[in-house]
This record gives sequence, C-alpha cells and structure tokens, in this order.
Amino acid sequence: MNLPADAVTALQIFQGASGWEQRARLLMQWGERLPPLSDAEKCEANLVSGCESQVWLVGQLQDGHWQFSAASEARLIRGLVALLLARVNGLTAAELQQVDLPGWFGELGLSRQLSPSRSNGLNAVLQRMVELTR
Amino acid sequence: MLIPSPWRADFPAIAALQRQGQTYLDNAATTQKPQALLDALAHYYANGAANVHRAQHLPGAHATQAFEDSRLKVSQWLNAGNCGQIVFTHGATSALNLLAYGLEHLFKAGDEIVISALEHHANLLPWQQLAERRSLTLVVLPLDADGVIDSDAAAQLIGPRTRLLAVSQLSNVLGAWQPLPALLALAKAHGALTVVDGAQGVVHGRHDVQALGCDFYVFSSHKLYGPDGLGVLFGRTEALGQLRHWQFGGEMVQQADYHHATFRPAPLGFEAGTPPVASVIGLGATLDYLSALDPQSVVDHEAALHDYLLHGLLARNGVRLIGNPRLALVSFGVEGVHNADLAHLLTEQGIAVRAGHHCAMPLFKHLGLSGAIRVSLALYNDSADIERFFEALDQALEMLR
Repeated sequence: MNLPADAVTALQIFQGASGWEQRARLLMQWGERLPPLSDAEKCEANLVSGCESQVWLVGQLQDGHWQFSAASEARLIRGLVALLLARVNGLTAAELQQVDLPGWFGELGLSRQLSPSRSNGLNAVLQRMVELTR
Repeated sequence: MLIPSPWRADFPAIAALQRQGQTYLDNAATTQKPQALLDALAHYYANGAANVHRAQHLPGAHATQAFEDSRLKVSQWLNAGNCGQIVFTHGATSALNLLAYGLEHLFKAGDEIVISALEHHANLLPWQQLAERRSLTLVVLPLDADGVIDSDAAAQLIGPRTRLLAVSQLSNVLGAWQPLPALLALAKAHGALTVVDGAQGVVHGRHDVQALGCDFYVFSSHKLYGPDGLGVLFGRTEALGQLRHWQFGGEMVQQADYHHATFRPAPLGFEAGTPPVASVIGLGATLDYLSALDPQSVVDHEAALHDYLLHGLLARNGVRLIGNPRLALVSFGVEGVHNADLAHLLTEQGIAVRAGHHCAMPLFKHLGLSGAIRVSLALYNDSADIERFFEALDQALEMLR
C-alpha cells in the first residue's frame, strides 16, 4: 500500500531524528501544522475520554475517503495526533482497516508513546478512531 | 547544599533504577522496598510456604507464627496497645470498602456522612456509594486557601445528624497535615464514628492511634515500603463490634451448615479466604527495618529534602504550587505550560513523577485545575535526585516556552 505523501515526509524526518530532544521538538512542530478545529467542533461529543489533556477528534467519509481533524490543548499529544492523521487521512475505509497504527508509531520511533501505562491519550485516540470508522 | 540519604543503599531498587536512568520521585504512589523485606520474602518462600490458621503441620505453624508476629508489629507501629485490633485486608481501598459495607446497617435515610474536599477516590467513592444505597447525605468539608480542611466550617457542618466522619490525615495532592484532633473531637462530640485514611500520613513520622482517638485507621503496606496487595485496618474494640461481616469464605467462620453459619470476631472474621501471607510477613520485616531507624533523623531528612524541593520550585518563573505543601510532596503547575507536555518531557528525561488528577478528580475540579505534576519524596531520596529533577524541569521549560 502506498503511503500518503505526508506520511512519507513524517517517516523521513522522524527516522532521521536523533535523541529524545529532537523528536520532542519535531513533535511540537508537527502539532503546529494541525489545522485548528472550530469551537463548534470542540464539543463534548468529539472529546476523546481517557486523555490527560483534552483531545477532540472528528472524522468523516468524503467521496469514500476518510478525513480526520483533531485538536488538543497540549502540544506533544497534538504532534502525535498530527502524525496519526498524516498516516490515515485520504485513505478509503478498506485501506484504513489494513493500517497497523501501533506499527506506524513504531516506524516513527515513537512506540513508547503507546505503552499501556502512558496516560497521554494516544491509545484513547486510536481507540476512538477505530470506533468512528467501524 | 548536599542532602545525602544514609538509608539509600538499604533499597536496592534505587540503584537499579539509577542504572536505567530513572530518578524515582513518585513515592506517594508507591515506594521502593528495603533489602530486609526482599530477604524476608525470599526466606518465607525458600523455607516452606504454608497457609495460616488452618493446618496443624509444622510449616503451617511457622507461617502462622510469622503472620501473627507481623500483626503485633503493626499494632506496635501504631501504638494500638489493647484498645483494638489489626485486620489485614488486600489494600487500603479494600479496608475502606469493608468499612462502608460493614457499617452500612448503622445508617438510616437522612443520616449524614462527612468527608472532606481533598479525599482520594478511595476515601470518597465507598462513602458516596453507601450514601446512594441508603439515601444518606454526603457532607463535604471545604478547604482553606492553604489546602487544609477548614475547622470553622467543619464545626458548622459536623452536627447531630453526622453518623460518620472519614478524612485523610495527609493529602496525596496537597502535602499538609489535616487538623485531625479538632475534626475527631467534633465528630465524637456528636457520637459519630471516625475513620482516618492514613495512606499518606502513616509514611511520615510515627502515629499513635490511641492518642489520635479515631475508631478506625487505614493504610496500605506498599506506600510504607512494604509489599503490595496488603492493607491494614486498625479498629477500636467497640467500633469493631459494630462492624458486620462483609466478605465470606474460608477461615472467617466459626460454625457452618448448609443453611446457616456463625462467624468469628475481628480480626479473623474480617479476613475471609487466604490472606496475602508473604506480604504480611514482608510488612513485618519492613517494620522491623523502619523501627530500627532513628525517627527524628528520618523526619529531619524528609523535611530538609522537602525544603530543598519547595525552594527550588519557587525560584523558577511561573511555577504555581497547589495549596501550601508542608511535607512529603509538592504538586505544581507552570503558567502557560500544559501539565501533559511537562510530564511528557520529564518522562523523556527519566524523571518518574506523577501527572494528572492523582485519583482526586473532585478536588481538581474544585481547584479549577485540569491536573498537576506531583513530586513526592521518600527517605531514600537525596538532593541529587531533586537536582536531576530541576535540570530536567529547566530543560523541559526551555523547550516549551
């Protein structure tokens, strides 16, 4: 399966990153690229529960392709969510089912962000994405 | 200023964590264990495990002896004397649930249970749910600006309808002793039962349940450098007499037939099933170890560390403390910085602190905060641990601002 263009870029940048500090700075930069959600979209129904910081996730199928948007108050989780969206936006429903999301974060060198004890909310965001696309 | 811990080498995990690049400052969540405890667990399992209070054989006799010795050590640790009993449970949470179910029969609709605004979920939810089951009113004592239960307000709120007061001795978020003598006196003046959640308090200094005068005192072993899966419930004799049996099973029974049974009094009547034998024996070893330390040296060391932590935090721009922490821990936030971001970057640098609501969601809603970072200390921490935390904090803030 071909990677979306944003995902290719993300992979190149993060695989070239050395050390926690550079990865954290890159995460914050990616977070800044996330287009803002409207206030109306930042509603209770779109709030992902189980996150340390508030994260909102909105997804819709447009012409058979998923388009997600998201927001968070915290910068690093925003970066993680941006990397998630880089991987999945534009995929068809069938393509999305095939994506190994934990594997994706592993390829980026960020698998520790998905350990069960992490309360940063990335696991909860992945769970919500599965529910939205079921 | 250097503040070394003379007890650091007694806790082998501290060196192991250091080799993994980890600085452990989450001691209010759980503590590392002394070598004396590891030795006791290994000795018990290596020399013959057995169930307690059941068998006539020698291994059973040895295990039971060690188990009951630990009960005595816990009783001595709390200076319970002859005024009550020590019941072993599976944790502080279990002990509080035992109370909330075992005392349920004493309540009738309209009675009041009084707790405080700073309670950990473990000392909130059992009472909240009891109040729902029995149509009781849950009264919440407010805090003053320093994060201490407001005694004046308590004097208005604790009254003739109060049947039970359940409060923490030391908050797991605010780090301040609570005015237990005043609160317990108010409750007793109205004939209410008193429950003290000592989960945090028992770890700092020595406490005397006879002097305190509470009916029940609860703590968990693992926060007091002991094994996990074990809680302690001290109950005053008269108060234990009012506690109904709650969980049923092996060894808590006196006589049983198919349709009827009678049960043992405390402590065994409240220890249904096989207890955590090794953990109980291990806690006894931990208490032996702790009892051999000079208590004033431990208190002084912890106070010096806390002072160092507090002043270092206050010296940094934008740090906002939660309440007015006096000992054991400091919870804080930084203006313009999200706790989750700070927690992330501290984690990346091997600093083990806690971020979030610390199992006290209503307290954080009350404070108008989404969470906080908590640094919590133990007797094996030293100033170098706190320095490493400060360096990581500065680095994180440099990146985030």
